[in-house]
Amino acid sequence: MEEKNLESMEENKDMLAEEHVSEEETPKKPRRRLDRKQTFMLITIPIVFLFFLFNTLPLLQGVMYSFTNFRGYGDFDWVGLRNYADLFTDVRAGKSYLFTFRLALVATIVTNVLSLALALGLNGKIKFKSTLRGFYFVPNVLGALVVGYIFSYIFTYIVPAFSKLLGGEGVSMLASSKWAWVAIMIVCAWQAIAMNTIIYISGLQTVPEDVYEAGAIDGATGWSSFKHLTFPLILPFFSINLVLCMKNFLMVFDQIVAMTSGGPAQSTESISYLIYKNGMSGGQFGFQSANAVLFFVVIVVISVMQMSFTNKREEQL
Amino acid sequence: MENKDVKKTQEAKNNVSENTNEKAEQDMYKEMKKRIRNEKRAARKSANKQVNWPVTVLLILGLSTVIFPLYMTVMIAFKQPSEMTNSIKGILSLPKTWSLSNFREAMEVTDFWNSLGNSLIITLATVAISILLHSMLGYVLGRMRAKNKGYKLVYFYIISGMFVPFAILMMPLVKQTSLLHLDNMLGVIILYTVFYMPMNVLLYSGYLTNIPLALEEAAYVDGATTFKTYWSIVFPVMKPMHATVAILTALGTWNDVMTPLVIMSGSKNTLPLAQLSFQTQFGANYNLAFASYLLALLPIVLFYVICQKQILSGVVSGAVK
Repeated sequence: MEEKNLESMEENKDMLAEEHVSEEETPKKPRRRLDRKQTFMLITIPIVFLFFLFNTLPLLQGVMYSFTNFRGYGDFDWVGLRNYADLFTDVRAGKSYLFTFRLALVATIVTNVLSLALALGLNGKIKFKSTLRGFYFVPNVLGALVVGYIFSYIFTYIVPAFSKLLGGEGVSMLASSKWAWVAIMIVCAWQAIAMNTIIYISGLQTVPEDVYEAGAIDGATGWSSFKHLTFPLILPFFSINLVLCMKNFLMVFDQIVAMTSGGPAQSTESISYLIYKNGMSGGQFGFQSANAVLFFVVIVVISVMQMSFTNKREEQL
Repeated sequence: MENKDVKKTQEAKNNVSENTNEKAEQDMYKEMKKRIRNEKRAARKSANKQVNWPVTVLLILGLSTVIFPLYMTVMIAFKQPSEMTNSIKGILSLPKTWSLSNFREAMEVTDFWNSLGNSLIITLATVAISILLHSMLGYVLGRMRAKNKGYKLVYFYIISGMFVPFAILMMPLVKQTSLLHLDNMLGVIILYTVFYMPMNVLLYSGYLTNIPLALEEAAYVDGATTFKTYWSIVFPVMKPMHATVAILTALGTWNDVMTPLVIMSGSKNTLPLAQLSFQTQFGANYNLAFASYLLALLPIVLFYVICQKQILSGVVSGAVK
């Protein structure tokens, strides 16, 4: 259909050009108009070049550096796959992968459970609906770094004060290598819930009212109505949220900088933070490049896995 | 009397003067009106009864998780260091005087207006360039990727950029931008334009499938060039997508810390980056720090309050597509 239209368009244009020539009665060549294809090329090539220059080229450079012992300055040698071999035995890198994955997994679960519950509430028959929705979205527009600083104060002073009141020790979570990751998880979830809730609400709005009515006749109310009717119908939105969450949480950086700087005892170094810290100023340019390449592969694998998994689930339904 | 229907009542109203029963008829008319009004009121009442109050209350209580950190930020920003205590009462109490002195000092310490200006320039320029370039590329790829293998390849090449984490580009980009003398705001703007390209091109080219080709044909027949056709016909039609792209790109660039941090490496600050750069100068003066945090949050909160509707719909359509 489109192709046909385009062809007719070209024909029209040719006809127009011919008329033009005959009217003027001059043998001069008609002023050439850039045709559609040329214009498209003219648009595409510079923009794609820009993309190549600042995305693909640094990516290739990163891969290249991962095979060197470059420190960020001076000379370097090719070391083959040694960086990658070292990566798998490096305790600090292993720790950062463990931390990042645990954080991303738990934060994804917490975020999705809470935001789904919140969305069900905000989509129900409630008063002040739009005001409440508006307020619940606020955390998402705030900058993660500043939010991190604010929560850092809460976890350092306010939470211990409360825990003392309840008979606890009153020690800051951020000072404990056992609990610091939980504090970071809470802050990550606090912001992500706002986003996911809005997406779930828009998903819930796609479910027509009569589905529930029909379900109610068959005795599906409350939990069973949610499990058998609502959830399957908003599954696409669930998968969007899952992918969004996982990807964002795996790349966590701002919150770490603001709250713990990777401490205590390197227990909260995310992969991005480790690459930044040791790659930029720790003299491990080459080694951390290998780390970044591995991180990139991990992200691609997880994204592809999630997408194929949710696609399969959706097909089954 | 009893079997008279509405039609009759109206008839009666029209011929009031002629009818001898005129008064009785009018009374009935009034009676009916009253009944209808009562029914409506009852219906409204039952609708009110359907409001799920427990959930409403629960949601309002839950809002404290959002409000409390912000409330605390405002309180600490206005207080003086001498008013700070670690007891819960002290944390929740209002400041003794509402003085702006903390804000004045924070503005001086963090060079607020400069950082704000830099943030505004970077964000606005990124949004403007993104709308221009990404919509054009989205247009070309949206029209051509179905019938031309080359364009299809370009499309997937650009889209696959979404999977590339900044962490892997970071170190080579620092070298590259300083080599090209782009370790400044211009460089940051260019990088953002490239980083947001995959998502925005995806959005634009997806939106374009809803725009019929016939729209362009008319202008084409009139002798307009492809570029002019795009500019005068397609670009305005894509307005809803421009709004989505602008909001997503603006929120992302405004709040980003990592890119300006590594590219400009401290030579220039953006608003969030200034909080990091001056962290040591705040020291233990939390009041000063929180005044600065509040100042850093204020522009985006204002923006949200003004454009709340567009932001919510933009974020949703961006994520869902």
